Amino acid sequence: MAVELLKIEGLWVRYNAAEVLRQISFRVAAGDYVGIVGPNGSGKSTLIKAALGLVGGERGDIALFGTPLASFTEWRRIGYLPQRLRFFNPNFPATVEEIVGLGLLAGKQLPRKLTREDRQAVEKTLEFMGITDLRKRIIGELSGGQQQRVLLARSVVGGPELLILDEPTTALDPETRDRFYTLLRDLNRDQGTTVILITHDTSSIGTYASRFIYVDKEIIFNGTFDDFCHSEEMTNLFGAYAQHLICHRH
Amino acid sequence: MSIAEILSYGFIQRALIAGTLIAVLCSVLGVFLVLRRLSLIGDGLAHVTFGSVAVSLIMGINPLYVTVAAIPLVMLSSLGILKLTDKARIYGDAAIGIVSSLGIACGILLASVAGGFNVDLFSYLFGNILAVGDTDMIIAALLFIVVMLAIVFFYRDLFAITFDEDLAKCSGIRTATINTVLVLMTALTVVLAMKVVGIMLISALLILPAVTALQVARSFKTTIIASCCFATVSVTIGIFGSFVLNLPTGGFIVIVNFIFFILAFTWKYARKAKG
Repeated sequence: MAVELLKIEGLWVRYNAAEVLRQISFRVAAGDYVGIVGPNGSGKSTLIKAALGLVGGERGDIALFGTPLASFTEWRRIGYLPQRLRFFNPNFPATVEEIVGLGLLAGKQLPRKLTREDRQAVEKTLEFMGITDLRKRIIGELSGGQQQRVLLARSVVGGPELLILDEPTTALDPETRDRFYTLLRDLNRDQGTTVILITHDTSSIGTYASRFIYVDKEIIFNGTFDDFCHSEEMTNLFGAYAQHLICHRH
Repeated sequence: MSIAEILSYGFIQRALIAGTLIAVLCSVLGVFLVLRRLSLIGDGLAHVTFGSVAVSLIMGINPLYVTVAAIPLVMLSSLGILKLTDKARIYGDAAIGIVSSLGIACGILLASVAGGFNVDLFSYLFGNILAVGDTDMIIAALLFIVVMLAIVFFYRDLFAITFDEDLAKCSGIRTATINTVLVLMTALTVVLAMKVVGIMLISALLILPAVTALQVARSFKTTIIASCCFATVSVTIGIFGSFVLNLPTGGFIVIVNFIFFILAFTWKYARKAKG
């Protein structure tokens, strides 16, 4: 049986009186590439934040790598790229190199010093992401697409087993976006990294993801892409034309 | 009067040593506070310090130990600001405002009960670094060691939560603990800085060197180093300048800091305009 990296059972999330998510249950196994899609305000980002403990659920159980979220400590096994940084200050004075290095702090004992190997890992990741020339630049000076690549580099530098990305391609031009998807596919296929990708880009996710979860406050569909393409329920939801477009590309 | 002559005075030597220690502390913490939009916490805690000093004086505590006596109350207040922000979901600036006004109100009431503003309390409002004694210096040195060790030990955690608290949480950093460490260190530093620039001007020492450094620095590390440099040079010029011109030292230090900020700001925009 495949190892479960994320398990969510009966999750309900409420913001004040508003119900954001209800009765969410799904599992992600090692090696999966899961695409989570849904309309704006459907609770996709909240779902991921709840899975990482950044948002409290009203009820339900969450486990990461088989450990209940409350007692989970192996954060170095997870890489997370949020849709946007809640606290991001465009005048933040850190260099690309310093930001990427932050991705290596998980699992280190205080005072969390970076070793020579860590610096080499940063170098390697910058090269892998094609941003070596930006290493000494201040993050606030970069374009949205470049910043996104830096943050992605930060989330993959520690070699996480589970990579969670929330709308990572919104600031990217089409060429960089394609390169980005290829990169994720390579990480998943060649390095065995499990990927959970929240996106609006249903056509691209169809090309790469092995599984597809459609969320609109609750899970509407959870299955393989082929299942999605042959689901009458999804035909009714998306319309035959939209479903055809997504599945055709796939 | 030559520099050597000025330096021969014991009170100038003590002022320079204590001033440098405090300038370094304020400037390093200031970078984290400014970037986390907590700049005014120094101002808020300074007002609490005013209340704490009033409590100490009314209790008849020896003025030599007023600084130490103020520490517990100011630290508790700093935790109060955190709790208000976190648990009561009050915005940080509003939480600072609540604690700040409470501190100053208590100070005024206690001063009134004690028979009006006495000279001691007034001297804490505006500070007098030239009056720093041996005991003050020892206290400053001890607190400097404690705060600097904490900053070095938690440096990367502080950096991570300053960049983004959510990402820091997902790196396994105990953000609540680090926030507590940051406000407690700020509380200690504010109490310590009260002698240098006075309660009214403490926030300038926390904010100005940091924002000046942000104009010129090219990395997070160099921001902290530049902030320290601006602060220590300002304090040194402030002590010498105020002595020579017979002006209040606290105000002079703040004005020098402000001039550095204007120069750095102008330099940044001139550089940008050149492309």
